Amino acid sequence: MKYLAFIWSNLRRSKTRTALTMLSVMAAFVLFGYLTAIRTAFGQGIEVAGLDRLIVRHRVSIIQLLNETMERDIERIEGVADATHLTWFGGVYQKPSNFFAQIPVKPEEYLRMFPELLLDDAEKQAWLKTRAGAVIGRGLAERFGWKVGDRVPIRSGIWSRKDGSDVWEFDIVGIYDVAEKGVDDTQMLFHYDFLEESRQWGSGLVGWYVVRIEDPQHAAEIAAAIDDEFANAPIQTKTEPEGAFAQGFANQIGDIGLIMAGIVSAVFFTILLVTGNTMAHAVRERTNEFAVLKAIGFTDRAVLGLVLGESVFLAVMGGGMGLALAWFVVSLGDPSGGALPGFYIPGRDLVVGLVLVLALALAAGIVPALQARRLRIADALRR
Amino acid sequence: MRGFGAFSQVVAVAVFNLRNIPRRLGSSLTAVVGIAGVVAVMVGVLSIAEGIMRTMERSAAPNNVIVLRSGATTEMMSGFGGDSVRLINEAPGIARTEQGLLSSPELFVIINLPKKSTGTDANVPLRGVTPTAFAVRDRFSMVEGRRFRPGLNEVIVGVGAADEFAGLDVGSSVTVSREQWPVVGIFEAGGGLAESEIWVDAAVLQQAYRRGNSYQSVVARLDSGSEFQDFKDALTTNPQLNVKPMREADYYIAQSSTLYRVITGIGTAIAIVMGLGAVFGALNTMYTAVSERRQEIATLRALGFSSGPVVCSVLLESLVLALIGGAIGALLAWLAFDGFRAATMNWGSFSQVTFAFDVNFPLLVRGITFATVIGLIGGLFPAIHAARQPIANALRAL
Repeated sequence: MKYLAFIWSNLRRSKTRTALTMLSVMAAFVLFGYLTAIRTAFGQGIEVAGLDRLIVRHRVSIIQLLNETMERDIERIEGVADATHLTWFGGVYQKPSNFFAQIPVKPEEYLRMFPELLLDDAEKQAWLKTRAGAVIGRGLAERFGWKVGDRVPIRSGIWSRKDGSDVWEFDIVGIYDVAEKGVDDTQMLFHYDFLEESRQWGSGLVGWYVVRIEDPQHAAEIAAAIDDEFANAPIQTKTEPEGAFAQGFANQIGDIGLIMAGIVSAVFFTILLVTGNTMAHAVRERTNEFAVLKAIGFTDRAVLGLVLGESVFLAVMGGGMGLALAWFVVSLGDPSGGALPGFYIPGRDLVVGLVLVLALALAAGIVPALQARRLRIADALRR
Repeated sequence: MRGFGAFSQVVAVAVFNLRNIPRRLGSSLTAVVGIAGVVAVMVGVLSIAEGIMRTMERSAAPNNVIVLRSGATTEMMSGFGGDSVRLINEAPGIARTEQGLLSSPELFVIINLPKKSTGTDANVPLRGVTPTAFAVRDRFSMVEGRRFRPGLNEVIVGVGAADEFAGLDVGSSVTVSREQWPVVGIFEAGGGLAESEIWVDAAVLQQAYRRGNSYQSVVARLDSGSEFQDFKDALTTNPQLNVKPMREADYYIAQSSTLYRVITGIGTAIAIVMGLGAVFGALNTMYTAVSERRQEIATLRALGFSSGPVVCSVLLESLVLALIGGAIGALLAWLAFDGFRAATMNWGSFSQVTFAFDVNFPLLVRGITFATVIGLIGGLFPAIHAARQPIANALRAL
């Protein structure tokens, strides 16, 4: 620590260079943070998928509907604790770009299945009592400025009402919060019974089931048992753990992880060059000084430490500021203005970022530092 | 200094500087590589959006229209009975050839097939068509095998789908509602969206999906002389119909606009942040270059060179480095990404679209322009700094 002042004054010697190097490191880490958030948003749901939940859908594709009566059959299977069905409503508010998820559910079963959705008890009671009542996520409420008591018309692209209209009106009776970052808070949930009694076609049909199992260790066997149950039925199913389902969905978008890794490595390679070059330059410039330091009794190791210290300082300051800035920018919201729920930087990726900061510092500083250590006093002073 | 004009001064100093670059190879290379990286990533990401857009543009034929149920924004959500199809066919302006009326009623569903790259299920579009479907799409051609026989549960597969998803080669079969539908052919459709799809006889699909005699869209070719507006008015004013006709071009652009916007937005954001990083790197390089040449610059100015040529020469050096970097980056992106095939989710249709990354000329120009801007900013401040240094101080350092 006693060398800190020394490192600091060396960095201040060429303020422009230090500042520019720090800023380029910062840019790299802003990008890293931002890309992490994008990947998290595209892989929506993977991070927060319940280990004890399975998704049951039609074997041919998720757009094909299942039967409401299958719930009983699923719940009879050994190892299944609970099951509830969800359906895709496919509606928009006022115009097609105001697109978000509306899901007709069995309210009590749904809230039991997803304890990460936090709904005030009074609002829950109000929801249970209101036929056309809907609860919405905090994120959705903020996106459209909706409050409890509002009545909102939603035009469904799939379901028309018995009177032929495809506009459904919902009373917002509650706003739910989420227990964990990354859980979707942009949904609108409403009574399945409300859909069932008013829809023109498809009576008794539901989209997919979410199943809670007693022991996540047996997920594969239970999934197979569910699919076996319906193997000879008119509708066959495909069952998989919620995490695998979310991963499969993310894979449909493309290999975001791979693209991101490609970009990040291109960026880091560049920044490594910039920082490494700066450090090499700083050491070359000061060959004489290092020789003097050694002449007055600094050990080789201390000189190595001084150079590495500078590099670490540059990387930590630049990287730290970069990650902080990325955090700030991401917290302002996603680039599409609310259509990408789950746009945030997971804690794990922040740790990865910090490790990268240190790796960058070492990689950029090690060659110049070794050079400085190897410096022989007589040769260097002669130059 | 008469007869030794400003321009020749610039040239003299610039040539002198540029010839010096090899001596400062390390830091110059840093700037070049940095800018090359920015341009390569920017062009690479944007070429995804361009590729998707190109696929959509190629899907649309100039005189084609698509008719959906009103209120539906996609074929998947649309649906109407065979009686509606008959009424649509009576509308004015639909072209007629010896094969009959160029109007193709179609069904559109998705089936899950594993993606070759990940092994996980993807929503692959499955289209039910009648023989006219081949006539309304003029760039349709079989590249392998043959067309399906009407009434049989045989399928043909677009080249994009056959590449991207497992089990779609001629001779294999797809499982739909407990039946095996053999793949009998692979087709091309001029690089359009149809190449991502699987096609089957509409009647077979109606039966398998219990759709009775209903369809989801009608694709029709209008006579070159007739007006879209007349056709549209005829359909929308008919009280027996509840449909919305669109020009095919408009429909496909709308289908991909979200995807295009998201990718372009993300690509631009990445390019800006990386560009800032590259500006800092270029500034660093040029400041270093200038500081190493303090005495040279001071000597030149003592000899009577004015500060203008000094500024210009530094800027020029920075620009040259940026252009080299930009050109390398653009070339790299072109070599690595152009024509690279991939598939992604098209939110518009909730199904996969296969496409080829498209590194086109305007995109390369954009990349190199971006590099030039980075070079200009990266050179400007060091140049001013160089020109402002008092001559005496710099020379004293000799």
